[in-house]
Parts: sequence; C-alpha cells; structure tokens
Amino acid sequence: MAGVATVSTVQVPRERRQFFGWFALLFLIASQITAILISPPDRDMGDLQKIMYVHVPAAWMTMLAPLTVLFFSVRYLFRKREEDDLLASSAAEVAVAFAGLTLMLGMLWARPTWGIWWTWDARLTSTLVLFLILAGYLSVRALIDDREQRAQWSAAVGIMGALNVPIVYMSVRWWRTIHQIQSSPSTVDPAYVIGLRLNAFAFLFVMIYFIRRRYDAALMERAAEHASEAAALGVVQ
Amino acid sequence: MSLRKEWRRARAIAWKDLTAERRSKAQFNGVVTLAVTILVMLGFALGPDAEAIRNAAAGAIWLAALFAGVLAFNRSYQMELDGGALEQLVLYPGSRRAIFAGKLLANFVFVGLMLVVVVAVGIVLFQVRIPAQWPALIAILFLGALGLVTLGTFYAAMASRSRARDVLLPLLLFPMLVPVLLAAMEATKALLGSNVMGDAGAWARLLIVFDVIFLTATFLVFESVIEV
Amino acid sequence: MSEASGTPLAAIDATGVARRFGTTWVLRGVTLRVAPGEVVGLLGANGSGKSTLLRILSTLLRPHAGTARIAGHDVVRASHDVRSQVGFLAHSPALYADLTARENIAFAATMLDRAESDIESVLDRVGLMAAAERQVRGLSAGMQRRLALARLILMRPRVLLLDEPYSNLDPEGIQLMNALIAEWVADGAAALVVLHELAPAANVLHRTVTIVDGRIEAERAAHLSLAAGGK
Repeated sequence: MAGVATVSTVQVPRERRQFFGWFALLFLIASQITAILISPPDRDMGDLQKIMYVHVPAAWMTMLAPLTVLFFSVRYLFRKREEDDLLASSAAEVAVAFAGLTLMLGMLWARPTWGIWWTWDARLTSTLVLFLILAGYLSVRALIDDREQRAQWSAAVGIMGALNVPIVYMSVRWWRTIHQIQSSPSTVDPAYVIGLRLNAFAFLFVMIYFIRRRYDAALMERAAEHASEAAALGVVQ
Repeated sequence: MSLRKEWRRARAIAWKDLTAERRSKAQFNGVVTLAVTILVMLGFALGPDAEAIRNAAAGAIWLAALFAGVLAFNRSYQMELDGGALEQLVLYPGSRRAIFAGKLLANFVFVGLMLVVVVAVGIVLFQVRIPAQWPALIAILFLGALGLVTLGTFYAAMASRSRARDVLLPLLLFPMLVPVLLAAMEATKALLGSNVMGDAGAWARLLIVFDVIFLTATFLVFESVIEV
Repeated sequence: MSEASGTPLAAIDATGVARRFGTTWVLRGVTLRVAPGEVVGLLGANGSGKSTLLRILSTLLRPHAGTARIAGHDVVRASHDVRSQVGFLAHSPALYADLTARENIAFAATMLDRAESDIESVLDRVGLMAAAERQVRGLSAGMQRRLALARLILMRPRVLLLDEPYSNLDPEGIQLMNALIAEWVADGAAALVVLHELAPAANVLHRTVTIVDGRIEAERAAHLSLAAGGK
C-alpha cells in the first residue's frame, strides 16, 4: 500500500564505463605526449611553457562544467527527478577539482615566470571566484539534511552561480583593462594551437568520465538509502 | 493573480518589515554603528598616509556597507522565523514573487539609509572631497545597493534557515557580488577621484546590466527557495 | 471519488501518507478520511506525528509516500488550490511581535485580499477590539491565540486544520473557538483538530482517531472516547 519513491537505478554495464575510462586516459596521455613533442620551447619560458597543455584545458573545463551544473539544475527544478540533482552535484564536484587544478598550475607557472605566485590576471582571478562559488554550492549540500530541500536549494544556487560565471569573467577583465595592466601572455602562437586543441578534447573526455563515475557512485548511494528507508518503513521494494 | 494585487501584497510586506524595524530600532542602529566601526578599522589598516587613504575610500565604503549589510539580510527573515510566521506567509494565496519583492524593497530602504551614513562618514574619514557630480554618485549608490540587496535578499532566504547561517550567507553572497562590487567600487572611485567621468559612466552602464540580470534571475528562481 | 457517482467528495482524503525525518519514519502510512461537515479529533502521544500530518495536509511538507487530497486537490500537485481552501492554525501563533494586533490582521487581510471592514469585524468577533492597538509582544498567550483565530476567520476556510487550538485559551476563549467551529461546520466545512485532551472539544467533535506508531490505530465516536477516559 505505501510505496516508496525510488531512483530508477539504471545498472549501466560495467564494461562500457570502463572502456570509456581507458579510452579517455589513453587519449590524454597521447595528447600530452604529442603536444610536448611537437611544440618548440617558448622564447621566454622555455620548457615551462609545456605546463600550459594542462593548465589551459583545465581552465576551459572549469568554465564548461558550470554549464553542466546549470543544465541539470534547471532540469531538476522542472522535473524534480533525483537523477538530475545527482548529476548536477557530480558535475559541481568535478568542477571544483578542475578549478583547483587550474589555480595550482597557474601559480606554478607564474612563480618562475614572473617571480610572484599570483598576478590577479583576469582568467586566474575569475577561476578563483568560480572556485569560491562552487565551494558555496558544496557547502549548501553539506549543510542541508533534508533531501528535497537540499536538491531545491542546490539547484537554485547552482543556477545563479553558473549564470554569474561569464559575468564575473567580463567584469574582472574590464577591471584589469581599465587600470591598464598588461594582459597575460597570449596563447595563440600557432605552434601551440594543435597541442591545445588536442588536449582540450582529452580533458573533455576525462571530465565526462569523472562526472559519470561520480554520478554512478551517487546513484548507488541513493539506491542504498532508498532501500534502507523502505526496509525501515516495512515495505518490500 | 493580477499585478496590482501582487504589488499591494509586496508593499504590505515591505511596510510590515520596515514598521517592525522602526519599532524595534535595535537592528538599524546596530548595523550602522558596525558599518562605521568597519570603516574606522579599514582606516587603520590602510592609513595614515593621505594618498593611500584617499585611493582606498571607494573600496572601504563599499566593503563596510557589504559586511554590515550581511547582517541586515538575515535579519529580514529572522522576524518570520521567530514566531513561525514564515509558514503562514507561504500559505497565503498569490505569487511567491510578491514576498521577494516586498522583502527586497524593505532591505533596499534599510541598506540605502545605511549606505548614506557610511558614505558621509567615509568622505570625512578618508579625506575625499564631495564630488561636483554628487547626483551621479547618488545614482551609483542606488544601483550598487540594488545589486547588493537583490542578491542578499535572495541568498538570505536560504541561509537564514540553515544551521550555519552566519557563515553561509557571506560564503554564498560574496563571490556572487564580485561583478556588482567591482562596478560600484570603480565607479565610486572614479567619481571621488575627481577625474575620468567617462569611466564612471561605463561602469554605471555595466552596473545597470548586472542589476537587470540579477533581478530577473532571482525573481525567476525565488519560488524554489522560499517553499518550506 | 466524484460528485457524479453520488458519493460526496471527501474534504480530507489521505491514503498511506508517510514521512520521515532523517532516517526515522514518523508517519508510516496514515489513511484518513474526513467528510464535509465533520469534525474529527486527532489524538496521539507526543512526537507521534500529529503536527507533521497536519503540515502535510496543509501543503507545508511533502509526503514521502502516499497521497493526500484536500477537497479533491492533490496536496503536492495542486498545492495552490489546496491553500485557497485550507485554514491552518499552527501551534505557535505565527504573529509579528512588533506590530499591533490590528496591524497583524490588516496585513493578513491584504494578503488574503479581504476588505478593510473585515478587519474590524473579526477583531470584534474574537473580543480584541480593546487591545487592538497593543503590540503583539505585549499580549498574553491567550490573546495571541485569539488573534490567530481572527486571522483564521479571515481565511474563510473550507477545510480546517487546527493544531492544539485550545491551548492557552480561557473558558470564554474555548467557547468562542467551539462556536466558530460549529459555524464553519454548519456551513459545510470540515475540521481536523489535533488535541491533547478531549474535554474542551467534546461538544463539537464527531469522532476521534489516534495515531499510534505512525498509523491511524483507533477510530471512535467522540462520546465513546470521553467515556473511555478522554485521552
């Protein structure tokens, strides 16, 4: 008589997931090696420039991931399905990781190049703000115990945060321009483009893989929660 | 629900908030005093060199308004939580947007008044001259306060009801306010610094765009946040 | 259930309603039906979920299992329709302490889209005209309860959900509450009243139900409950 709402835990065949994971990893390794081998050392930075092949794609993914959060958050508010909430939060967690990576590499690059750890340049600063926005999103999830309220509020926070990403970037860049600070060295030297493009795709595949893995774990957790709740209620699921 | 009825509801909510505030008084005086204290602290941190202080004036004013304003936003929902009034508020017919509009309006008046005091004190403490284009300054204060209050009212609807409300509100709000604060600070800096009027204009236009975006987005999303 | 089939639409129709807090199930499958014109008392030990059930029926909380309908409207899918029918009297008065009694009612009147004249009439009805200009902060608990009652009248509810409405009321207040309930019910409204003790409501109740272990355990006609000891 009393039914318990359950997540339709789709059991994705393990092999497919693993296959994609291996593919992404191998593609990444191949892209990194290719990029490192085919690009000449930079005039000023020498081989340190190679760090760009991780830093820049990571930065791009950091901008892309919030879009994922936005999409699934909006979908959650309309459809109210737990899967959408879990997808949004998985994307957010992966986004935080990529943001952290971008920031660390940015600092590792800046120090030998300009002698300082932080330059307040537009991209890096925006990434830092995005990192904080995502940290706020995760705090909301950590602090709220009620599942529905957590999903609703996360969706709201995720939507607002994602909307703000381009706005933050634009305003920080304008801020830098107004004060006539020199912008950071551009990365459009044609010798580097192929390497960057290759690695951009590699990072995209890796990010998708991470999000899906995280989502799978979340689904399993949620299914277990539902099962134990149903058991506590005394209902056969 | 007709727009005029919604506006009446919003106005009633704003009036209720402001009346309760006026009668209890404690909050406004406390918040303003705190803002002034922050200004003084910032003065110590950045001064006493006259040049440094003058350059920091715009930033200090907005930061003081921000830190003190955070208290105002949580307090606006506190009165609903105290008696369990929020539940009743939510059960009334009509759109949730009227609730948001009403609280936003009340917070705007509150923060606006606070900002006036902060600017006055800031001009004195940080040794800036009242700019010739002071109407433009008022416009910037208006626009900046609007952005601040929009996002503050939105996030406080959640933070005030969570366990870690004092930490959660700044944590959520401050990163979101970066664009608005940058624009407001830069425009204020330009006006107080007596030069480049053009700069202030560009930032003001940006501020308007930000305000419109954030107002629209928060109005659309508020419903998911206020339901208990 | 439809009008067409000849059976009247239940005012309150709950089936298998369940709700958990964290990992504990408070309500474990509540099935309850209240017809228009009925007054049902809801009894149960402290923490048995009486208030939770009322909150679910008033759309403040969602059920984690089961369904509930108020006057035919689903509490989850048609919550706005439910809210226009329901009058919810919470256990705490839910008033604004710094506003006067009249201001509180005036606010409610605006939110409910009622006329100005209604403000005076409800204040008069609950006997608060003399205290109308006093801040709620300075009113006794009993007077606050009356004020909440005045607001309830403004709602013109078809379905009443009352959570321990008699607490803090003096004998006059109890009489007032019962008179109002009788009026509403005569008009076709239904009422579900959470009670700690039966005595104040004895004359208006038609029957009582008891929540035990998260489910409706016993249904008795009111006079039988009283005879059995009133709890």
